Amino acid sequence: MREFDLASTSVRELNRYLHKDLPAVAAPKVVVTHPDGAHSIACGLDAPVDVEVHGHVGYYVAGMNKHARVAVNGNAGPGAAENMMSGFVRIRGFASTSAGASARGGCLVIEGDASLRCGISLKGADIVVGGSVGSFSAFMAQAGRMVICGGAGDALGDSLYEAVIYVRGEVKSLGADARFEPMSAEDKKAVAELLSLAGFKHDPAEFRRIASARQLYHWNAEANQEY
Amino acid sequence: MCGIVGLLLKNASLRPRLGELMVPMMIGMTERGPDSAGLAVFTEPVAGPLHKLSLYAGAAPTDWKQLQRDLCGAIDGEHTFKVTANHAVLTTSATPEAIETWLSSHAPELTVLCVGRAIDLYKDTGAPAEVAKRYEFAQLKGTHLVGHTRMATESAVTPAHAHPFTAGQDFCLVHNGSLSNPYMVRRKLEPLDIEFETDNDTEAACRYFEWRLREGDSLRAAVHRGFEELDGFYTFLMGTDRELALVRDAFACKPAIVAETDDYVAVASEFRSLAHLPRVHDAHLFEPKPQEVYSWHI
Amino acid sequence: MSAAESNALSAHLSLEESAGFDRKVIDYVQRAAATGLYEIRGLGAKRKVPHFDDLVFLGASLSRYPLEGYREKCTTRTVLGSRYASKPVELEIPITVAGMSFGALSANVKEALGRAASELGTSTTTGDGGMTSEERGSSKTLVYQCLPSRYGFDPDDVRRADAIEIVIGQGAKPGGGGMLLGQKVNPRVARMRTLPEGVDQRSACRHPDWTGPDDLAIKIRELREITDWEKPIYVKVGATRVFNDVKLAVHAGADVVVVDGMQGGTAATQTVFIEHVGIPTLAALRQAVDALDDLNMRGQVQLIISGGIRTGADVAKALAMGADAVSIGQGVLMALGCNSDTYVQNGQHVSAVADYSALGTAPGFCHHCHTGRCPVGVTTQDPMLEQRLQPAIGARRVRNYLKTMNMELTTIARACGKQDVHHLEREDLVALSVEAAAMARVPLAGTQWIPGMERN
Repeated sequence: MREFDLASTSVRELNRYLHKDLPAVAAPKVVVTHPDGAHSIACGLDAPVDVEVHGHVGYYVAGMNKHARVAVNGNAGPGAAENMMSGFVRIRGFASTSAGASARGGCLVIEGDASLRCGISLKGADIVVGGSVGSFSAFMAQAGRMVICGGAGDALGDSLYEAVIYVRGEVKSLGADARFEPMSAEDKKAVAELLSLAGFKHDPAEFRRIASARQLYHWNAEANQEY
Repeated sequence: MCGIVGLLLKNASLRPRLGELMVPMMIGMTERGPDSAGLAVFTEPVAGPLHKLSLYAGAAPTDWKQLQRDLCGAIDGEHTFKVTANHAVLTTSATPEAIETWLSSHAPELTVLCVGRAIDLYKDTGAPAEVAKRYEFAQLKGTHLVGHTRMATESAVTPAHAHPFTAGQDFCLVHNGSLSNPYMVRRKLEPLDIEFETDNDTEAACRYFEWRLREGDSLRAAVHRGFEELDGFYTFLMGTDRELALVRDAFACKPAIVAETDDYVAVASEFRSLAHLPRVHDAHLFEPKPQEVYSWHI
Repeated sequence: MSAAESNALSAHLSLEESAGFDRKVIDYVQRAAATGLYEIRGLGAKRKVPHFDDLVFLGASLSRYPLEGYREKCTTRTVLGSRYASKPVELEIPITVAGMSFGALSANVKEALGRAASELGTSTTTGDGGMTSEERGSSKTLVYQCLPSRYGFDPDDVRRADAIEIVIGQGAKPGGGGMLLGQKVNPRVARMRTLPEGVDQRSACRHPDWTGPDDLAIKIRELREITDWEKPIYVKVGATRVFNDVKLAVHAGADVVVVDGMQGGTAATQTVFIEHVGIPTLAALRQAVDALDDLNMRGQVQLIISGGIRTGADVAKALAMGADAVSIGQGVLMALGCNSDTYVQNGQHVSAVADYSALGTAPGFCHHCHTGRCPVGVTTQDPMLEQRLQPAIGARRVRNYLKTMNMELTTIARACGKQDVHHLEREDLVALSVEAAAMARVPLAGTQWIPGMERN
């Protein structure tokens, strides 16, 4: 195990180590202390390393993650695990705006609430939120799954493509082209798997499915009308 | 585009340390706002008929002692100056209007930064750490303060364009974001004899809210009216002699985070400005929700 | 009046066209009335705006001494990204290929561009929709765009890029996102963008994870961390409030600022956007240069200008005005055959006129990139049409075009007495129109008058 105390070491040194100097052992472990809201902690990782951060982090923690497991014992700033490709990121507190933005693979778990635009432009990753999500979450989400154990703000799933949202609590409003759909057995299985992965104990039957009505896929269809 | 900090001390025993607690908060926002910095500090209000005016002399060398003698000769009453670098806080028993009129003809090089009974204001260009040192922010005492670091967007980098902006008495506002209709707001206010000093979008918001407060709106009502009239992205932090208020627009693209304990309420654009506060890890930490008005009283 | 006289009068048709409601406007109104949707099209602004054509060089004569055309050395080497990046981009010519997406363009075209640029020692740029192996394989120096949509955005591609370009906006549509109509979203494009095949794709107008220059500073730091501070970070803006935007990009930590004027191209955008939003490249360039001067950042942060750069003369004028390099999109497409009446197949020129006609257009007028039915195989994903542009032929044509421009550039530079094209200066230029003089702030030819500036 290697420890980096960011009170005395720079994020630059931490990331350089994580990118270039990891020991050749299976799943090396790195502990980060005193992050104090610093940005870009453990971003751009490309190895199955296990990173544990003790404290609150700033923007883009675990940004563009591949393979690594990153856990934050605290809150995360904007863009946590943005554009993640694979791996597993866990935020034990709350996450600010745009958590999991454009993430293409892997799994992001937020134990607390997520702020606005959680899962914006989602491209294939799974996001499980223990609390609620803010407005405009899953905006233009293209692929992947979002499980929201609490409620959601306004315009959930606006302009959705093929991503699917499962929500347990109240939804203030759905966005354009998003609609509730019946939960199939497969949906319940997916929710059960994701809940178990995240470590949340809810009954999958309590969740509702939201997906795209696909009315905006060919938004200029009416262009053919001639009078 | 900028960094915001605010601190309100509930615990009176901490009030002598207001500035000391705040300086690391402001320095934490250097990356968001490297051009200029400023803060408005609210103290116990001066007594009875007295008022305070914060004055900024810029690069012009000012003989403050001579200015005081001239002022005493010209206007009846007591006038005392507390000078820090090229700023001074003038405490006077005359009316602020009389002082401002006299200053504009006898010391036109001075800028009046704020007027009130509780507010003192400092702002200047330079990195936040430099500005904090120049004006001895660490020594400031008071109940609450509103601070700002600026990365200029559309208007120039000058002390006058730095935040906080003030309007009326004992009111100030700082802003992170960018309004998309500031000139429209301005054109609405100018015919009401509200004068502008800069082309900064934040000044438009500041004068708008102060106008609404003067018209009798509560701060909450003024902000709700603002949702209709002020377009763009913003986090606003406002200070009055009794209150600190925070609001974000519906899209909430500009960040903000709050830490609250029994001793204080601290607001910043990012957690890194709160990380050094005492017992912050036991604080109630939260992100303000869009279009909700958060306010705290001393 | 006799009946004969009256007939003669009525036979005289009055054909006075309205200036306000000319045939173009009538066509617009009637089209809007028929469809209920705005028009979407490709390429750039068609309206006439003050441009580099309105400037001319003051060649050397007696007061300054020219260099011999082919013998005396005139260097074109260009370094971009020296501010923070440990591995700046080094180019042999200051003419680069602008970002154009795979999706808008075929994979063959991307490969052709990469080959041509590599031969001449310059760079290509990816575009919205990710990096193709064809382009990475063929382009020695490849700039990888980070766009609001993040289609196909991949940290592995960040790591194998030579520079990263954060796109805030595009000259054809500052404030708007990209578009790719369903007919161009074939299986490969769909897979790369994680979209269903055949959907009308509209990119976001803002980035998903940051807003404004203060956040951009943090985003740039993240990209620097991911690239271990090796690669230059460019920031591209569509030209509007250029003076402010360039200063903010520099504040946010850009190594290179790319400014794209309103004549810049697009694969598909609302016409109203193309023609009515943004400022001309000429005006934008001067504002960008002023911004760098204001910050005393000339030489530290490089400036790339794009938007309607077509010729070696345009390049020379852009450099004289203060750009470090230019970026070309539409010109390169035209070198590949865009708007040509033929395409080359098995060494033979084959007429494409009928295919233009089927699109309701003709060679020289086509802006139908958005349809994906490009008659010369440039802006298409159709398996048949894309064969009309073979990478080897395309590469040769683009190489020739870039080479011609570079020769023209050095010809002008030598005529102005410069041993390095980057030594061209604003004072080597005068304007032919009051508008251009005002925008570029160079004197009207034969005078010392710059509109809006006091004479010393």
